[in-house]
Amino acid sequence: MKLGFSPEDEAFRAEAADWLNAQMHGEFSDLKGLTGLTAAAERRKEWELKLGEDRWSVIGWPSQWGGRDATLAQQVIFAEEYARAGAPGRIAHMGVELAGPTILTFGTEEQKQRFLPGIASGKVLWCQGYSEPNAGSDLANVRTKARLDAATDEWVVDGQKIWTSLAQICDWIFVVARSEEGSKGPKGLTFLLMPLDQPGITIRPIRQINGEAEFNETFFDGARTASGNLVSTPGNGWQVAMGLLAFERGVSTLGQQMNFRNELDAIIAAARENGSAQDPLIRQRIARAEIGLRLMRYGALRMLSHTDHARPDGAALTYKLQWASWRRSLGELAMDVLGQAGEVTDDEDYHFPMLPNLFLSARADTIYGGTNQIQRNIVAERALGLPREPRGSI
Amino acid sequence: MNFAFTDEQAMIAETAKAFFDENATSERTRAAMDNDGVDRALWHSFCQELGLAGIALPEAHGGSGLGLVEFAILAEAAGAQVAALPMLGSLAMTAHGLARGGSEAQKAVWLPKLASGEAIGATGLAAKVTASGDRLSGTVDFVAHGASADVFLIATDSAAWLVERGAAGLIVAACTTLDQTRPFARLTLIDTPAEPLGDAAAALRAAQEGGWICVAAEALGGAQATLDRTVGYAQERVQFGRQIGSFQAYKHRLADMMVEIEQARSAVYWAACAVDEGSDEAPIALHSAKSFAADTYFRCAGDMIQLHGGIGFTWEHDAHLFFKRAKAIQSMLGTSAWHRERIAQLIGLGDAA
Repeated sequence: MKLGFSPEDEAFRAEAADWLNAQMHGEFSDLKGLTGLTAAAERRKEWELKLGEDRWSVIGWPSQWGGRDATLAQQVIFAEEYARAGAPGRIAHMGVELAGPTILTFGTEEQKQRFLPGIASGKVLWCQGYSEPNAGSDLANVRTKARLDAATDEWVVDGQKIWTSLAQICDWIFVVARSEEGSKGPKGLTFLLMPLDQPGITIRPIRQINGEAEFNETFFDGARTASGNLVSTPGNGWQVAMGLLAFERGVSTLGQQMNFRNELDAIIAAARENGSAQDPLIRQRIARAEIGLRLMRYGALRMLSHTDHARPDGAALTYKLQWASWRRSLGELAMDVLGQAGEVTDDEDYHFPMLPNLFLSARADTIYGGTNQIQRNIVAERALGLPREPRGSI
Repeated sequence: MNFAFTDEQAMIAETAKAFFDENATSERTRAAMDNDGVDRALWHSFCQELGLAGIALPEAHGGSGLGLVEFAILAEAAGAQVAALPMLGSLAMTAHGLARGGSEAQKAVWLPKLASGEAIGATGLAAKVTASGDRLSGTVDFVAHGASADVFLIATDSAAWLVERGAAGLIVAACTTLDQTRPFARLTLIDTPAEPLGDAAAALRAAQEGGWICVAAEALGGAQATLDRTVGYAQERVQFGRQIGSFQAYKHRLADMMVEIEQARSAVYWAACAVDEGSDEAPIALHSAKSFAADTYFRCAGDMIQLHGGIGFTWEHDAHLFFKRAKAIQSMLGTSAWHRERIAQLIGLGDAA
């Protein structure tokens, strides 16, 4: 067990920090400290291109595909330095963290050639098509249909996805659709890669409680994709999708945590400024938040140090509950620190600054990617081995 | 950077778990509870046969020269069985305090004896004593396993001494204590001969660090045990024609216990590692570990009673052993609120109003 970094790693840290700081104080200074994912979309696309150009976008990937073969320690370091420099939340994250690793793991050589360079260079942005109006917590209840059109050698997709984050600015989507007529649950699902810019796809933004529209409804009406854009085999989509969920628990969690760090630091600064930092109850809550954040970091390092990534241990299953609950409490703490000042914005539009926005946006954290209630079922059943939830018959 | 046990650490963990599971039985612990809270035969075999008591003590004085990570592994395993042993007083605090702040002569005399189990040590911090030359007068409260000790490390915020049992003017009064596996004693000193430690500040810091790590690791082991045992019960007990562990109200509570316990595990080993590596993060890690692990243990032990229903409220069931140990850990060596206040200061919140 060792927490310290080697001199080589520290040299890597200096290199990464130098590059990031040069960007955040130079060409991309307008993006420094930008939170959320919806503001300044065009500039953020340029930032993704810059990350790709200087090979900082997918450092953990093999160098053959635009990565740096970075070790685990180096990936940890880069995530830390990225947030420390105030670099913005990444709109390419679903390609970099989900679509890319899925293609690297399950894709054919041809698919790798076709898709990985676009992700690594920041030129092609991806989004995720999983949830549907009737397949949220019950994800396997997907009803969007896919059929192979032998005449054109294309998959044709009909149905609706929902909560597709950032679909309005993305180029491609990965979709789980039902390809076996009459199949139920996780069987008969197929994993497809589809271009978004086509007549068969309509994207409608969903306005959220914070006034922003990060999420969308995505409608498929005879939408098409070439047969070569099938990942794995028809009917094996659930296995691919579940493999992909494991990537969500990877190094990217550390990047996410560094954003949390910035949020907590903003709360501490606000508390010092308005004097609430002297309130013993606020101090206790800030200290709890600090402890929770640190333990998230060490929990993630434990997960990442766990050698058998194909079979994460039970502890990894607790992570979603941990961070989502923590951040929801952080939002409440933010408002209690700000007091009534947090309820007013200088903006004419319904657009709130970082901390009140955190308070609102965090209400989604305990819902998306599996609600806290579903997560508790997962922990209880898979990690603790308790009896499964009885299935209904309606 | 690799935040996982080495092969050697994994082997120590396996050995310690097997040893305590087999030997620190409820029956033996209860026998010790009726006595002075020390299972002497178990302590003897832990120190002599297993030879792990000196794991974090210097090799020159009968130890193995490893660190607090290895010590935490032992305390976690002992804590899982609520073993009635002077792990905290004798090893974590007295021996570690002496190893860092004792004179060469003090180390040479006492460390081999403490590591071999030939002598038992106990530590009293925040002593209300005054020194006159090499003699102490006053009282020391809440000395864990004090009535069983052969030697005492007594410290105020600025000074530390060794006092031997049987010294003139020393009265050791055993207290009936909520946690009978670790009863307190009250020491009264009247012009009692005492030997000052070479470096009191170093001794005090080492005793605190060792103590915090020890109780935090015990809390981790104990909390995991309450979860494991309650999961077992949830699968065995049937009501309304179903295993009770199939009800969401029940299993969600178990899931929440696991979420807390996994964080406590990160906290304990982060803190032990940070101290061993001399990291700048050590103070914040220690305060996090002590407060978080103690709170986790108390919550889980309380849940264990609730989730067992009536049987969990009986003397016969072991749930109360965990519950009482958890409460004792929460209140000793700084409450959770005290540790969080330390963190508030460390992260730059300034002083409280």
